[in-house]
Amino acid sequence: MTAKTLYDKLWDSHVLRQNNDGTSLLYIDRQLIHEVTSPQAFEGLRIAGRKPWKLSANLATPDHNVPTTDRDKGIADPISKLQVDTLDDNCTEFGITEFKMDDIRQGIVHVLSPEQGATLPGMTLVCGDSHTSTHGAFGTLAFGIGTSEVEHVLATQCLIQKKSKNMLVLVNGQLNPGVTAKDVILAIIGKIGTAGGTGYAIEFGGEAIRSFSMEGRMTLSNMAIEAGARAGMVAVDDTTIEYVKDRPYSPKGEQWQQAVNYWSDFHTDTDAQFDKTVTMGASDIKPQVTWGTSPGMTISIDDTIPDPTEESDSIKQEGMRAALEYMGLTAGKRINEVPVDVVFIGSCTNSRIEDIRAAAEVAKGKKVADSIKQALVVPGSGLVKQQAEEEGLDKILIQAGFEWREPGCSMCLAMNADRLEPQERCASTSNRNFEGRQGQGGRTHLVSPAMAAGAAIAGHFIRIDEL
Amino acid sequence: MEKFTKITAITVPLDRLNVDTDAIIPKQFLKSIKRSGFGPNLFDEWRYLDHGEPGMDNSRRAVNPDFVLNKPRYAGAQILLARDNFGCGSSREHAPWALEDFGIRVIIAPSFADIFYNNCFKNGILPIILAESTVDQLFQAVEAKEGAQLTVDLQQKKILSDDSLGEKIEISFELDQFRRHCLLEGLDEIALTLEHSDDISAYENKQKEITPWLF
Ligand code: SF4
Repeated sequence: MTAKTLYDKLWDSHVLRQNNDGTSLLYIDRQLIHEVTSPQAFEGLRIAGRKPWKLSANLATPDHNVPTTDRDKGIADPISKLQVDTLDDNCTEFGITEFKMDDIRQGIVHVLSPEQGATLPGMTLVCGDSHTSTHGAFGTLAFGIGTSEVEHVLATQCLIQKKSKNMLVLVNGQLNPGVTAKDVILAIIGKIGTAGGTGYAIEFGGEAIRSFSMEGRMTLSNMAIEAGARAGMVAVDDTTIEYVKDRPYSPKGEQWQQAVNYWSDFHTDTDAQFDKTVTMGASDIKPQVTWGTSPGMTISIDDTIPDPTEESDSIKQEGMRAALEYMGLTAGKRINEVPVDVVFIGSCTNSRIEDIRAAAEVAKGKKVADSIKQALVVPGSGLVKQQAEEEGLDKILIQAGFEWREPGCSMCLAMNADRLEPQERCASTSNRNFEGRQGQGGRTHLVSPAMAAGAAIAGHFIRIDEL
Repeated sequence: MEKFTKITAITVPLDRLNVDTDAIIPKQFLKSIKRSGFGPNLFDEWRYLDHGEPGMDNSRRAVNPDFVLNKPRYAGAQILLARDNFGCGSSREHAPWALEDFGIRVIIAPSFADIFYNNCFKNGILPIILAESTVDQLFQAVEAKEGAQLTVDLQQKKILSDDSLGEKIEISFELDQFRRHCLLEGLDEIALTLEHSDDISAYENKQKEITPWLF
């Protein structure tokens, strides 16, 4: 038998038909649904008189538009409310399981699905959201799709897909203390570029990756899409199995052992070939802060803001200039001297229990700087929030001057009321620093939860060990 | 879906790298539960001088005269010329919906983000990938001559210029057969897949033994 990569195995076990033109019909085990990219898919089903192929494969929740304060008062913005109500109505009409806004299990789809065991190794999982790559952390083939494809999966449980190429990103050796999964993925994107993974499915491997918890692996896979790869993944190991055990949707009883045996094959065979391999040394990676308007525009906390005149490619140079202007930064300035107005700890990249713990550890016994206008902590799901409260993390954060909110996407994309004002500068644990992402004219710097908490305390970016 | 065979139209050059879907259709417009009506807000932040919100009367907003789509010479453009990594960012299909609603049927670039590229075909838009040098050549040609039109012929997989561009352009492009076929015929992919219902059921029956926990 030929040696296969993890991606090959996931792909091959789900192809049910091959077309002559190189596309395949791929079976989809799980679809996650949220309110923004689904209304037109349900509308399509209705118009064509179609029914969902396999109801139990779907799981829905509202997350992008939900308010993070005063939930009991409902959603104030009528347009946001219409989207959430439409999701509720569609799920009721078609019989799809939904964790509604007032359900403790509600949260960002990419946080709640793993938490529920709805994300399992060896499966294919899709969602109308590009950060679906998150679930690849479980040795799952997971990728974002558009609304037409959401409708296609609802109606057929399949997708017509073309196989991507295989890329391996190896992070060898051990990370220095204080360097997190977020720093690693930003450093990777900085190295390969935001289109470096286009056309590839990325497997993350190497000692540093293996040492990450599932939360860390999710942060990593989450941002594979920011490197251009639709899917990012990590092989199944004991850490994976341990995490998945005893969750509501996980296999139970006899099926558990059968599942563990089945899952244990979801890793790359020793002799398998990749189309491209990128190798990095873990010990070279330092805590990262992005300085521009693309996730690849990243530097370490010890660096100065890069100078466009040192870039030889004229189109890139222009891009750097535009980014500096938008960000209100000058080349040569030390990033750790840049003051911050707002801090946002949350999003599907960094809103899990470990992220909240990391932020609380930095904030413990300290105070948010007076110059900070707002410091938000938005847990990824109702259950993350509950656990954090059981651990007393909410108190630590509130005492330090952070606001403790209800779960949702919140300021990651500012579709609800949480947003930046023009020119406000934000240390954010989210995944996109595009122009206007967190509010029109808002300036986003992507960082890890510890770095964000540190910026809140110091009022500017800072090495955590200097706090 | 509308069939695509051949169009001849004005081409608008958008000379920016990494145009993301947030720029193509800003997130405040994603709250609609419909598929149509996104065209007036295509590239909203670049196209208008004020901040756009859903429900505004777009015809009364101040447009940004410097933005290329607003230049009179490109009025009525149906072909968009773009740079590397066009359509990066979120998976929102609102991006091709907005382009389509505006009237764009073809996008030419050196590279596209994967999800966006897929979404185009599902909405009757043809994304064409060409070598960077060829795209450069098109930028120069289009910018040099006001009113110049390009013809995109999907049957022949060719881009052709009219005589007004001086030196005549004829460029071939690649596209996989299935996608070409679906665009040419305006086919509904779901109906095509449902022709294989038996294969899907057979696969599920087999998987019920291998991964019973998923059923
Ligand atoms: S948290 Fe942000 S990136 Fe993640 S699903 Fe929500 S909006 Fe998208």
